[in-house]
Amino acid sequence: MTHHDDIALMAHLMRRAGFGAGRDELEARVAKGYDATVEELLHPEEHPPVDPYTLLRYQPSSLLPGGVPPMGNVNYMYYLVSTQRPLEEKMALFWHHVFATGNSKVDNYDQLLEQIDLFRERGMGNYKDLLLTISKNPTMIFWLDNNQNHGTEVNENWGRELLELFSLGAGNYTEVDVREASRAFTGWTFGTKIPRLPYGRFPWKFEYRGEDHDDGVKTFLGHTGNFNGEDIINIVVEQPACAKFICRHLYNFFVADEPQVPAWNLEPPRDPAAVEMLTQTFRANKCEMRPVLRALFTSDFFKKARYKHLKSPAEVVVGTLRLTGGYDLPKPGYGQLSMQPSYMGQDLLNPPSVEGWHTGQEWINSGSLMARINFVAEQVGNTNLPGVQAIVDRLKAMGVLEPEQLVDSCLDLLGPVEVGADTKKVLTEQAKQWGQIRWDTPAHVEAATKQTGELLQLIVATREYQFA
Amino acid sequence: MTATEKDPVLVVVQLTGGNDYLNTVIPYNNGLYRDNRNAVSIGDNQIIHLDGTYGFPSYLAPVKQFWDEGKLAIMHGVGYLDSPRSHFRSMDIWHTCEPDKVGTEGWLGRVVREFDPKKENVVTAVSFGPCLFRALSMPGVPVACIAGPLETYGFLPSIQDKAQRLAVLDRFSRMYQPIPGSGVMEYLGTTGLDSLKGADILKVAPGKYKSDVKYPNTSIGRKLKGVAQVHFADLGTRVFYCDHGSFDTHAGQNPIHASLWSDLSQGLDAFMADLRAHQKSDNVIVLIFSEFGRRVRDNGSGTDHGAAGVTFVLGDAVKGGHYGEMPSLDAKKLVQGDLNPNMDFRGIYSTILDKWMRLDPVPIVNGRHEQPQFLN
Repeated sequence: MTHHDDIALMAHLMRRAGFGAGRDELEARVAKGYDATVEELLHPEEHPPVDPYTLLRYQPSSLLPGGVPPMGNVNYMYYLVSTQRPLEEKMALFWHHVFATGNSKVDNYDQLLEQIDLFRERGMGNYKDLLLTISKNPTMIFWLDNNQNHGTEVNENWGRELLELFSLGAGNYTEVDVREASRAFTGWTFGTKIPRLPYGRFPWKFEYRGEDHDDGVKTFLGHTGNFNGEDIINIVVEQPACAKFICRHLYNFFVADEPQVPAWNLEPPRDPAAVEMLTQTFRANKCEMRPVLRALFTSDFFKKARYKHLKSPAEVVVGTLRLTGGYDLPKPGYGQLSMQPSYMGQDLLNPPSVEGWHTGQEWINSGSLMARINFVAEQVGNTNLPGVQAIVDRLKAMGVLEPEQLVDSCLDLLGPVEVGADTKKVLTEQAKQWGQIRWDTPAHVEAATKQTGELLQLIVATREYQFA
Repeated sequence: MTATEKDPVLVVVQLTGGNDYLNTVIPYNNGLYRDNRNAVSIGDNQIIHLDGTYGFPSYLAPVKQFWDEGKLAIMHGVGYLDSPRSHFRSMDIWHTCEPDKVGTEGWLGRVVREFDPKKENVVTAVSFGPCLFRALSMPGVPVACIAGPLETYGFLPSIQDKAQRLAVLDRFSRMYQPIPGSGVMEYLGTTGLDSLKGADILKVAPGKYKSDVKYPNTSIGRKLKGVAQVHFADLGTRVFYCDHGSFDTHAGQNPIHASLWSDLSQGLDAFMADLRAHQKSDNVIVLIFSEFGRRVRDNGSGTDHGAAGVTFVLGDAVKGGHYGEMPSLDAKKLVQGDLNPNMDFRGIYSTILDKWMRLDPVPIVNGRHEQPQFLN
């Protein structure tokens, strides 16, 4: 492989396993090696976590934001943009897509952020442990009404979603299984919520109330016993459908866009062999996520899947802010930035429903496309931002640039971005309008810098740039 | 496709955050109003009487004029069964008409699809707000979403140089040519060109607009002016949408509510005057709604989330008056401390769809609901 291929592959890995990386970082990672980089990503503990007290210093009300959307988003966005543990954060976002829990009902960002923290801590650990933890997560219990699920009166909301959206997928259980699973989770509730005023909100705590638990015999997926919630989870993770469901989620999130989740029992995966390989790895490793992620990121199907995934709004915004730099502290104005994904159709910590967001093509509508392009173009057109300045500096170091060279170099430094011949033609026409780019006098530098910014804006406006 | 002047137009004003019904349409003779509102009641000398029962706070004075003219319908006790008291869920229900499950299609998205099934006019719906409200969202239905000033609406407003921006947009349109059969790339191409076309159509509106009416320089004032500009340009826009807020007055309610409603009243005053001065008011009605009303008893400085609320419809074609009645303030009649809704919001939508837009309301609001007769 040439150096350029190495950079392109590393850029792909960092876009998917993180939120992209600037050229300096990519070069350092190429020097370190692909497999070594994957290992580093899989072991986030080698790098420090985000310091929440920086939030306290710059945006005090975002530390425990209660029910206020901009502040809840500031907190999450700060982690996404400034993390030194990109895969840990990306996996937390992955689980947020799967275990989609929203402020629309929870009305408490403190609890939602605590749930994201749980995904950070356990997202690359054991799926079975994670499922048990989320079953005891008060935010999830409230979101899916398990606090209303009583021994004397069963509420099926949690039991159903556990099977349909969190583990097996539609078509892999019966209505009786839903009922029996729900019975097993009766008595799983949380401590009484004390009203928010006058002293603020009290954290919610899991509580198991034996007197509210239905201790009778249940028959669930062919097993019979006096099951409690733990038993249900033990049975669920042994189902072949479970491994396949989680691995298809991983494929959709990290590799290439799949149909929407409700269609999964109707439409086969676009790459059945890839999902099967991941599924076997998952089962062989008894639900450990790390070996599955390692197998995924080092596979050929992953390496060949460049630009097969439409960026989610979170990926657009975080990727842009990490590329342009200048946002490493949650300074004033961060609230506006942190709401950007919601303008593009992804209100973080507030998915439209427990089904989560519809991904891929469904991210795009006229308003969201405009919001994406305008936001990214405004950022990359600001040549004062350090990441954009770094691109200008690299171009400057190349000396005199012909129009074709300027286009190729800008595409390269922004990604490398791969564009079709028609797009390339239009970009080159734009560059030809300026002629040769020179950096020998202050006037030339000023013009060349401005033109670079404009070309970057045109590149991020392309259809191709909407993909990762 | 161009609209004739007689095509009915709907302007929706969304009061985000939960407008306090009881301090908007005040039952000033009802002792329970004062009993429950130690901190946030409106003083007698600040109430303008509509009749012997209800009054507006004085900061709704411009709206009172519409009432006097018989052009304002006040819909009482609006909501739906088992109101969840969550802003977002409630708003979703108002947007999708789906109280029992999470809907994905907005009621106005369906309206736009009915009006323009072949997508011949990408500005059939124009929204002034930060995002595509779910009321308007529907796969394959284009909506022009204008977050900032109309003058700068479109792709790449950050490019200052006009000629340069035009050149870039020309290149943009060539880069977005949808190649049939190219899947997502084709969809991106269509969407990109639709939005570009919409921006092209809309940008003529401010230039064509001439008016002596001065709008207040407030967020809602600017939005309503944008609505007037696009409406006057005869671009075939049938649905306009604006949001205004936040009405989530848990604390320090009185000054916030006063300032929000002053802005809105003055904006509506200018808007109606503008429409009338240009003979453009006969085919426009304005629907003003909020996702819920607020709790009957105040919390010492504000009010918490409630259930039933008030909805207004304003316009020269509207039959003014009270519709329905205010739910009882009697403690025994309240539901968890809130007014119990007695008019379904989908009935109001149905009247608008049936009597104004001339569409079958049933598939749009998901069922049949009693229609308050505020339109002929």
